[in-house]
Amino acid sequence: MQRPDMSVVLAGIPMRNPVMTASGTFGYGAEFADYLDLESIGAMVTKGLSLKPKAGNPTPRIVETPGGMLNAIGLQNVGIDAFIEQKLPYLKNVNTPVIANLYGNTLEEYGEVASRLDGLAGVAGIEVNISCPNVKQGGIVFGTDPGAAQEVVSLVKRNTSKPLIVKLSPNVTDVVVMAKACADAGADALSLINTLTGMAIDLERRRPVLANVTGGLSGPAIKPVALRMVWQVAKAVRLPLIGIGGIMNGRDALEFMLAGATAIQVGTASFLDPSAAQRIAQEMEQYLVEHGIESVRSLIGALEV
Amino acid sequence: MQFKSMVISNVEVSPNYFRMRMTAPQELASAVPGQFVMLKVNDAIDPLLRRPFGLFDVGSFVPEYAGCGAQVYCEILYKVVGKGTKLLSALHHGDLVDLLVPLGKGFQMGPAGEEKVLVGGGVGLAPLYYLAKELKERGEKVRLFAGGRNRDDVLCITEFERLGVETYVATDDGTLGERGFVTQVLERHLSSDMRIFACGPTPMLNAVAKMSQKHGVPCQVSMEAYMACGVGACLGCVMKGANHTDETPDYRCVCKDGPVFDSFELQWS
Ligand SMILES: Cc1cc2nc3c(=O)[nH]c(=O)nc-3n(C[C@H](O)[C@H](O)[C@H](O)COP(=O)(O)OP(=O)(O)OC[C@H]3O[C@@H](n4cnc5c(N)ncnc54)[C@H](O)[C@@H]3O)c2cc1C
Ligand SMILES: Cc1cc2nc3c(=O)[nH]c(=O)nc-3n(C[C@H](O)[C@H](O)[C@H](O)COP(=O)(O)O)c2cc1C
Ligand code: FES
Repeated sequence: MQRPDMSVVLAGIPMRNPVMTASGTFGYGAEFADYLDLESIGAMVTKGLSLKPKAGNPTPRIVETPGGMLNAIGLQNVGIDAFIEQKLPYLKNVNTPVIANLYGNTLEEYGEVASRLDGLAGVAGIEVNISCPNVKQGGIVFGTDPGAAQEVVSLVKRNTSKPLIVKLSPNVTDVVVMAKACADAGADALSLINTLTGMAIDLERRRPVLANVTGGLSGPAIKPVALRMVWQVAKAVRLPLIGIGGIMNGRDALEFMLAGATAIQVGTASFLDPSAAQRIAQEMEQYLVEHGIESVRSLIGALEV
Repeated sequence: MQFKSMVISNVEVSPNYFRMRMTAPQELASAVPGQFVMLKVNDAIDPLLRRPFGLFDVGSFVPEYAGCGAQVYCEILYKVVGKGTKLLSALHHGDLVDLLVPLGKGFQMGPAGEEKVLVGGGVGLAPLYYLAKELKERGEKVRLFAGGRNRDDVLCITEFERLGVETYVATDDGTLGERGFVTQVLERHLSSDMRIFACGPTPMLNAVAKMSQKHGVPCQVSMEAYMACGVGACLGCVMKGANHTDETPDYRCVCKDGPVFDSFELQWS
């Protein structure tokens, strides 16, 4: 049998396979170059970028929990200008699409970062993280209010000609409502899920473990929640989806595709195995070979209920 | 690099402290003291993350079976404090562990001729042993100031002495060496033509850093932090740089910019 066709096209971005790296878990790519072939994966997503460099939260910022981890990094990043000057030149030499993940502290900042990225060679698309509090509006989180999400997405859409992916927060009552709001506002694809808000307590010290008190849960522990949300959104919205949450191996990745994802992102798995993204792509291909499946695309949404 | 390593031995050297030897890639032969490994204690999802350990020793041996050339090994010295280290302590000869090696920036040994002073406590002695070995190979004069709560925390002193290192010991309860903090013993011996290398609990490093700055003695410290990735990607392990303020943040990654820092690089409380 011929090698199976692993390629997918996501909102107009052609990828050699459906495996992307998740924002904040793969640095700016270069950090992992010693451990895997950056040209073996489908796409890379950068750390969340903001208008100005961001310091992030005090420490401890991370703690392990059963089957997962909590993080409260606080979106520390070099800022959009330093990204363009210092990080992008390296990425341009890698033949793999780069998706810039961005966020803002205000509505205006979202628009501004998006327009700085527009027209930049070497950026194949943008992924908007809407799980941030709006500083100006008293901290209401864009990603949990359909009206606010719609505003952000339409503003970004007006400021970019690049494929626009919106990353959904799972910390909502009904993810479908949020998905529809983003679709109506002009998103070209949706990625889900971001981390689930959680907390860890140090019993002896009677204090929260994280300096920020709460943090975002990621890793295998969140996979069932993520699968459920991808499946729900896939039924309700006609946009390509990117499945994220606890993907550790090729089988996990393919489950997300059955649930309706066109592509997947590997996050926490890259911490325990820096070559995880490459390995997962290989494991997916292996599964296809073993089951005589010619194209990975035939599995998208193929779940039988 | 990522390496599937085989445990060669794993022995309890003091109550709750273990010394583990495992096979290592050829590249590790040129590791710098102070660098560390990230070790996955099993391939389950609990514990999920790798655990960081300083290099206690690196060397080579010829395996017993025939037809095999010299093989590089590395050793770690660890204390059982939780889930991961408990599982680690149950490993035997022949078990496999996944390593990322060598990580981070190690100690800069400084010019020949000056006195090298090592200060450590508990498992902080681990990277100092490898450092002492390399310094002795260069023919340097090395002194060790080791501290701990009690005698069980003062590890491998005979190993240091065997290298020809002059050792000074202090314990909180006086069960070994002087009673009190090792930093008090150190202060009596400070002079300007020495270089300090310290690794241990943060309060100890804090005291050593301040003392050395006060006396104008160059001092490097090896720091600990919670780590997820070990390669500078997650930004979980940061510490405040010396000039850090909320307005002009300056965070350093312990895994990538450290774990060894010049004491002047960091902010001390
Ligand atoms: C660069 C570096 C080098 C290190 N070298 C050594 C070494 O040579 N020998 C050694 O015994 N230990 C060393 N440590 C500490 C070691 O990594 C932790 O003790 C270990 O990860 C604990 O794992 P656990 O699953 O047993 O504990 P857990 O169950 O995860 O935690 C148990 C306790 O240990 C503390 N702890 C957990 N992780 C860390 C950490 N990364 N740093 C500090 N405290 C932690 C927790 O606060 C908790 O109180 C080093 C740490 C770093 C960052
Ligand atoms: C340390 C860390 C940092 C993260 N930073 C970002 C970020 O900057 N922007 C973002 O959209 N998501 C961020 N995420 C969320 C991940 O991209 C991903 O959505 C989440 O971790 C779930 O996937 P996983 O279970 O595979 O890790 C971060 C996650 C972790 C663990
Ligand atoms: S442990 Fe991830 S950046 Fe240091």
